[in-house]
Amino acid sequence: MARKLMKGCEAIGEAAIKANCKLFFGYPITPQNEIPEYMSRRLPQVGGTFVQAESEVAASNMLYGAAGAGERVFTSSSSPGISLMQEAVSYMAGSELPVVIVNIMRAGPGLGGILPSQADYFQSTKGGGHGDYRLLVLAPSSVQEAVDLMQDAFDLADHYRNPVMVIADGLIGQMMEPVEFKEDRQPCRSLPSKDWATTGWKGEGRPRAIVNSLFLDPNLLERHNEKLTAKYAEMARNEVRVAEYFTDEDYDLLVVAYGSVARVCLSAIRQLRAEGKRVALVRPISLFPFPTEVIERAANKAGRVLVVELSTGQMLEDVRMAVGKDFPVAFHGRTGGNLVTPDEAREKILAQLAAREASR
Amino acid sequence: MKDKLAFGYPEGLTTGGTHYCPGCTHGIIHRLIAEVIDELGVRERTVGVSPVGCAVLAYNYFSTDYQEASHGRAPAVATGIKRARPDLMVYTYQGDGDLASIGMAEIVHAANRGEKFTVVFVNNAIYGMTGGQMAPTTMPGQVTSTSPRGRELDLAGHPIRMVELISTLHTPAFVARGTVIRPLQAVQTKELLRRAFQYQKEGKCFSMVEILSTCPTNWGMPPAEALNWLEKTMMPYYPLGVFKTPEEGVDRAPLPLCGLQDGGK
Amino acid sequence: MPRIDVEKERCKGCELCVKACPQGVLAIGTEMNGKGYFFVKRVEPTKCLGCRLCCITCPDVALSLNVNGTMYHYFKY
Repeated sequence: MARKLMKGCEAIGEAAIKANCKLFFGYPITPQNEIPEYMSRRLPQVGGTFVQAESEVAASNMLYGAAGAGERVFTSSSSPGISLMQEAVSYMAGSELPVVIVNIMRAGPGLGGILPSQADYFQSTKGGGHGDYRLLVLAPSSVQEAVDLMQDAFDLADHYRNPVMVIADGLIGQMMEPVEFKEDRQPCRSLPSKDWATTGWKGEGRPRAIVNSLFLDPNLLERHNEKLTAKYAEMARNEVRVAEYFTDEDYDLLVVAYGSVARVCLSAIRQLRAEGKRVALVRPISLFPFPTEVIERAANKAGRVLVVELSTGQMLEDVRMAVGKDFPVAFHGRTGGNLVTPDEAREKILAQLAAREASR
Repeated sequence: MKDKLAFGYPEGLTTGGTHYCPGCTHGIIHRLIAEVIDELGVRERTVGVSPVGCAVLAYNYFSTDYQEASHGRAPAVATGIKRARPDLMVYTYQGDGDLASIGMAEIVHAANRGEKFTVVFVNNAIYGMTGGQMAPTTMPGQVTSTSPRGRELDLAGHPIRMVELISTLHTPAFVARGTVIRPLQAVQTKELLRRAFQYQKEGKCFSMVEILSTCPTNWGMPPAEALNWLEKTMMPYYPLGVFKTPEEGVDRAPLPLCGLQDGGK
Repeated sequence: MPRIDVEKERCKGCELCVKACPQGVLAIGTEMNGKGYFFVKRVEPTKCLGCRLCCITCPDVALSLNVNGTMYHYFKY
């Protein structure tokens, strides 16, 4: 299919339709409004159903019901709305329901602002809801990657019977970039049958389907937790996605950044490399599972790391865990919806290179 | 003459017995639902949604597919199921804390969207599972674990009448209230449930039946006495009847404005 | 003659059926079931008119009605 210039939010919506998702439940919140708007136009054209719920709490529970009935479903919201969905997310993880949730992040905390942010990293990767559960969390850094990850997300959700979250900062949701939808895309994982879904029990053929996360017997709940933990371990083994730039050469500093911030850093790095500076970049795409080994290897090669985020330092902690307590890790963050500019990144990288030089 | 079974155990119910307290009328309501679903011949395409509350284990008691909703969200979960699979018969089974308190937005908007599923709303004027706290439907002066001096209207407001509230919505719906405290009233309630599920089977409209029910344990009364308390205290405030049908809506005319200019004479 | 059968393990001794029966057929027994409830039993079996009020009011479907011959029904259930 020909490349088209599309807004991030709308491309994400179209990607869901390409993944044969016919159901969307959402609620208005800037900066992701174009997703429900797009879905309200497009879904009827493909025999799908769009429902605007009365709140994100309701939207997330509609998602639960529809996924529990065995259908592909997705919702989207933005940071405060995602906070309202957290109880349902915990229920979906506990009931092992395949759903896709898109978070177009905006600046917080509280009402905050409507400009881009990456400050929901903890919320999505460390469990924003109650109980021991994890979500597969994928962070695109371009509209095309958002489209690709969205289609993968539905396969991954069905494969693992687990919610998958695609989190992009407001920039990716709002900007327009050329996008291409692959014609004969194959599922990226095997898709087991959904005989657990509540599709009407004929009395035989399969056990009675009960979508539920209640286990009053502590032993049953503990065994259930063990089953979920094994699933997350399998995700950690098979679903790490990471992009490396110039890590196969010699370099004096490793930059770690994701989403749109990684692209800004890459621009600065390319400029500096042209001036003979030796800098590399690692861009986590899966935030859970976090690419710990890749970062550990790439960091040790340089001996110093700079983490750049649109937050006060959240992925920073996972990087620190990856490289260990005594490894020099510097951080640069912007909040409030302000973006990191290439010049700013350049300046911070140069400062780290100088610090490394001084410490030799 | 061989014996003929004139009243037996419905196939729609599982046979493991329930956890409900002795004399709790949840059990009667469960049987009525199972009988109606069987009599309409829709059991194999029915999906129930249980609440958080005493009926949290309802999925163990009906021999149909079931989903467990989080507290108050059953109407949203049911919306998801029905929108995903309009061919399924979907119903929620909810208590007063679940539906009228935390889930108020969900029930009002599901009704207002005209979602084509059925809501069975069990009103026993108290939170049962959590040990007898005040609910939105707790009666004035009724003592509960969180209204130790009895419900005080100036602090907790008056009990909420859900079917009256829902029936003011303009979207067509079938909304009624019954009780099961006397056998013949249970028969009437079964008829209300049949009409509600029939409207759904025809894909006609949203349907909701509120059923006044007892809570002997948390009301602190023997089961038979609880029936009388409900009759004496709750029924005058929660009148039984059909409040709205899709055929004729209910438009309450506002009080005339004419009297306002001259001091409301 | 209509006959009410009690599924004793299902009865919770709540007495609703005893109060509902117009003929005083049923009463709480003196035997305990597996869960420790005194289950209900027929004390006046011959008075049963097969009206099913007890079956309808039982929260635990512990009662069933068997009949042979005519049945006295004054409402449809």
